[in-house]
Amino acid sequence: MKFVDEYRSGEAATAYAEALHDISTSDWTIMEVCGGQTHAIVRFGIDRLLPGCITLVHGPGCPVCVTPVSLIDKAIEIAASPGAVLCSFGDMLRVPGSSRDLFSARAEGGDVRTVYSPMDALDIARQEPESRVVFFAVGFETTAPVTAAAVLTARREKLLNFSLLVAHVRVPPAMEAVLSSPDNRVQGFLAAGHVCTVMGYGEYGPIASRFGVPIVVTGFEPLDILQGIHMCVLQLEKGVAGVENQYGRAVRPEGNPAARALMDRAFVTVDRAWRGLGGIPRSGLGLRPELSGFDAEEHFGKARAELDDVTAGSCLSGLVLRGAIQPADCPSFGRACTPEHPLGAPMVSSEGACAAYYRYGRNREEEHD
Amino acid sequence: MCLGVPGQIIEIEEPQDGLGGDLLDRRGRVSFAGVVREVCLAGVPDAKKGDWVIVHAGFALNTLDEEEAAEVFEYLGQISRIAREDSLSRDGPAEP
Ligand code: SF4
Repeated sequence: MKFVDEYRSGEAATAYAEALHDISTSDWTIMEVCGGQTHAIVRFGIDRLLPGCITLVHGPGCPVCVTPVSLIDKAIEIAASPGAVLCSFGDMLRVPGSSRDLFSARAEGGDVRTVYSPMDALDIARQEPESRVVFFAVGFETTAPVTAAAVLTARREKLLNFSLLVAHVRVPPAMEAVLSSPDNRVQGFLAAGHVCTVMGYGEYGPIASRFGVPIVVTGFEPLDILQGIHMCVLQLEKGVAGVENQYGRAVRPEGNPAARALMDRAFVTVDRAWRGLGGIPRSGLGLRPELSGFDAEEHFGKARAELDDVTAGSCLSGLVLRGAIQPADCPSFGRACTPEHPLGAPMVSSEGACAAYYRYGRNREEEHD
Repeated sequence: MCLGVPGQIIEIEEPQDGLGGDLLDRRGRVSFAGVVREVCLAGVPDAKKGDWVIVHAGFALNTLDEEEAAEVFEYLGQISRIAREDSLSRDGPAEP
């Protein structure tokens, strides 16, 4: 497939790995903040190609994993409300709320439907005018433009039975939160390519200089990730900390102004709680006041305010999401916690770091080779 | 979650006049290696039939720049050349 297969060449990957061995002289810890990249790194064994001195840690790059329990509980409550149809991306269904998940809400008779796009939820609202259709809007800046397009279309068509439960999050404030944490060990970042496709990379310059970390905007295919790591390590070895773009075929410096304009018409920046990380100022998107008629929290009641939403119990997802430990270092990994019986969200979503490690057999022993 | 899939636009439906003058109605059909889906093109007002776009959740995030597409190989060629020049005793990896 064009724009995919050529970026999976084993020969070029080996050449990249050799080049990385040539330039790496010190220990470096690099974080990616994109669940798609986490998945690709483990699936294609990119971590195993790298010199031993380079450690990849996996950040809060999976929006499903960081959606706060309070919003999942709210979605479950909406699903159980008479006449409501709760539409969600499939990954959200098995993410545990405080006592159950959307999947069990559906088993108990709640009308929960999985959709591929918020536009599908809009179609349901058109076809079933008697239903109150709620789209559970989870995602980074990658997903926010299509959610914006959906709600702006609903306003224009006066589809008053459509609303959004908004859980959108923004990546740069989460990177700052990771870097500000006292146990931080991240020295360089691969910035999430598709977020930057929309947003560009203007926000990263101040982060790179304030924290002295190189940031490389990186794509999703194995060769993209290897090149991103090479560019990042070159900067680390030279002792510089700038912003570079590996993913030029999709990312322009200013991002996509048309998509950003859609987002700006629908959303404003708000504080948001991240599961496992707690409250992060200005890290979320909420509906603009003039769209409050399309806010599910206006129709079904506000979600619990929970600005310190750190996963309790034996789940160490907070440490995993900050890159302080690797998934296999969690004592529950693969024992009490598996994709069939997840204790925390990173084990639920296919893009969560714990699930990726489990699926591709990264166990504890290997980690300590 | 943020999975974006490259596809080629095979048909565009331009927005009709008089609908608020915005692009929300710009839609098109995009082929993903032969599988065709309806995609919202509101975010790529300048994209034309035949252009490649990166699509996420039924929405085209941006057009793909075909000239930039080979960068990952050009970069590899460059760093391999530098490595060869640096260490003449050792064969660098073959150029792509
Ligand atoms: S392995 Fe399970 S319990 Fe441990 S951090 Fe990951 S999700 Fe939480």
